[in-house]
Amino acid sequence: MGRLGHALLAALLTAVVVAPVFGLRLVREGAATLLEPHWRPVATAAAAVFAFHLARPWLARAAGRMRLPQLPALPAGGRRSAALLLAALALAWPFFGSRSQVDIATLVLIYVMLGLGLNIVVGFAGLLDLGFVGFYAVGAYTYALLYHWAGWGFWQALPLAGAMSALFGFLLGFPVLRLRGDYLAIVTLGFGEIIRLLLTNLGGLTGGPDGIAGIPKPTVFGMEMARRASAGGGTTFHEFMGWAFDSRDMVVYLYLMALLLALATLFVSSRLIRMPIGRAWEALREDEIACRSLGLDPTRIKLSAFTLGAMFAGFGGAFFAARQGLVNPESFTFIESALILSIVVLGGMGSQLGVVLAAAVLTVLPELAREFAEYRMLLFGLAMVLMMMWRPQGLLPMKRPHVELDP
Amino acid sequence: MPDLLPELTQQLFNGLSLGAIYALIAIGYTMVYGIIGMINFAHGEIYMVGAYVGLVTLAAIGAQGGLPAPLVVAAMLAVAAAVTGVYGYAIERLAYRPVRGAPRLVALISAIGMSIFLQNWVALGQGARDMAVPALVPGAVQLDLGSDFHVTLPYSRLAIIALTVVLMAALTLYIRHSRLGRASRACSQDMRMAGLLGIDTGRIVSFTFVLGAVLAAVGGVLIAVAIGKLNPFIGFIAGIKAFTAAVLGGIGSIPGAMLGGVLLGLAETFAAAYVSSQYKDIVAFLLLVLILLVRPTGLLGKPETEKV
Repeated sequence: MGRLGHALLAALLTAVVVAPVFGLRLVREGAATLLEPHWRPVATAAAAVFAFHLARPWLARAAGRMRLPQLPALPAGGRRSAALLLAALALAWPFFGSRSQVDIATLVLIYVMLGLGLNIVVGFAGLLDLGFVGFYAVGAYTYALLYHWAGWGFWQALPLAGAMSALFGFLLGFPVLRLRGDYLAIVTLGFGEIIRLLLTNLGGLTGGPDGIAGIPKPTVFGMEMARRASAGGGTTFHEFMGWAFDSRDMVVYLYLMALLLALATLFVSSRLIRMPIGRAWEALREDEIACRSLGLDPTRIKLSAFTLGAMFAGFGGAFFAARQGLVNPESFTFIESALILSIVVLGGMGSQLGVVLAAAVLTVLPELAREFAEYRMLLFGLAMVLMMMWRPQGLLPMKRPHVELDP
Repeated sequence: MPDLLPELTQQLFNGLSLGAIYALIAIGYTMVYGIIGMINFAHGEIYMVGAYVGLVTLAAIGAQGGLPAPLVVAAMLAVAAAVTGVYGYAIERLAYRPVRGAPRLVALISAIGMSIFLQNWVALGQGARDMAVPALVPGAVQLDLGSDFHVTLPYSRLAIIALTVVLMAALTLYIRHSRLGRASRACSQDMRMAGLLGIDTGRIVSFTFVLGAVLAAVGGVLIAVAIGKLNPFIGFIAGIKAFTAAVLGGIGSIPGAMLGGVLLGLAETFAAAYVSSQYKDIVAFLLLVLILLVRPTGLLGKPETEKV
């Protein structure tokens, strides 16, 4: 079969794939289900595939000649100054960004926190965790429940939210970490779903599918950030500072807090990777058998990564609950896990600067391209596949500190 | 308790028909895993696409009017199997073959991306809301076991069990005796050696994906007809459950997938009936976690040795 035959066959297969989804739309008319033909998309797709297949040898030659622009390779010191510059920019952001821009930036920072947490598990230790959102949910619900049933404030609940998620990570990780990579992935997916289903079904405790609403925002050194103090006799923040009340202050405050939490996560995780435990994570990721023969205990090492990762998710969750003011199980579906995972993957597994960059890209792009909102998840899935094919190491691959010898 | 026997029979029947569907999907997981050692995360979506193609076919035939129901269902199954087979082939060629040889996690992430893509692909084309599927095979057999409670066996569910048994038998014979079946067994034992002996391994991998997709499509059409509605997101949970079934039976083993599917269907039905229907999804996940912890090789699987 010649090139023309191949192209024809590919075009035919394309038509078969596209026709029942886009070519023949199902429409309901009364009790009957009818079809509405739309042949244009089918023909366009088939023609495009046909042309692509005919032009393939030529394209391959052109691609061989053309060099893809390399991402600027930052030297080790360059990365550090880039990170500092990024931090300075982030700090200045609320003072010139608009209110909605600051709000989106807060969302980016939540994902930075989650991405860095998952990066410990997936990037450093090489354990594919598909149920990360479960720990996020545990953190969010810990704060929500403590508020709802015991009236705790955000700052009291925050450490407990982290501890609770870490405990869940520990207890769930303990039995499953013996499993091999892809089994581990599916079991963690199962755990994530079990947590969500429990939150939905334990209606008496968690409010069921409706969740818990009216969760208060964090206070500033015990002072509320509201127009009026909710309890009699309290001082609100703007009264204390002698400012006029501005609802924008809350947005900026939340942003700065998210920034603080994200920077703390970044700092702790970049210290961890330089500690013996971090080295052990990486060694285990590269070769488990060699590690065992050197006397490292794989279960304990994996468990520490799992627990720490879960803890950061718990902090992120508590903050998320405070920012939204309500939590419900809908926020913690598998798609959320996949989104956090793709932040890690897109950034380059193990690369912290990459995670920050990817969190920004994956959060800001959908906001910019609102008119393409319905295509968002479609492109998202496609990007994951393409990324694995062309650049599995991510946008900014991790660089290990190493010394090169002159030959 | 005079009502116990009919009630148990009813639950057993419901569990069997549900388990048959799981078994049909689980075959796809287990065959792909057996040959290339990969969890095809997008397999649940294949089942969903199959159900949609079935409904499109039904709508197309419905416009012509008045054909007998079994013929209509047969046409739905045939078209769905053909189109979904092409889906299976295309997915393997476009998303999985380029990452073959890369670490396991790369292929798994690619498969997750494919799964998200397919869900939204169908949601974009056919709408994200529930679609109703008209009842094609109404009616049921009523069994009187000597009490007030009559056991109801709907024809649609009887058809699921019958068709699944036939397909499983055919598949077993085909894998055991045909040339292609022998070649695919050889590939699952040792892909490189099989290649050296002149088997076109690329073709066998494609064949495996197509076969898995065809069986999943049959499951999708049958369940759509039996339940009466579908949406683009039914594949995720069904896929996870079928994967659980495959692991329960021992992943890589075809009889294991059948056994696992039936056991899972029964476990879920009985849990829904006697524990709580809200927790029936949790049963599948708990079962998955428990098997992997207690016996990762499953009931009929062979232990996998780790090589340095």
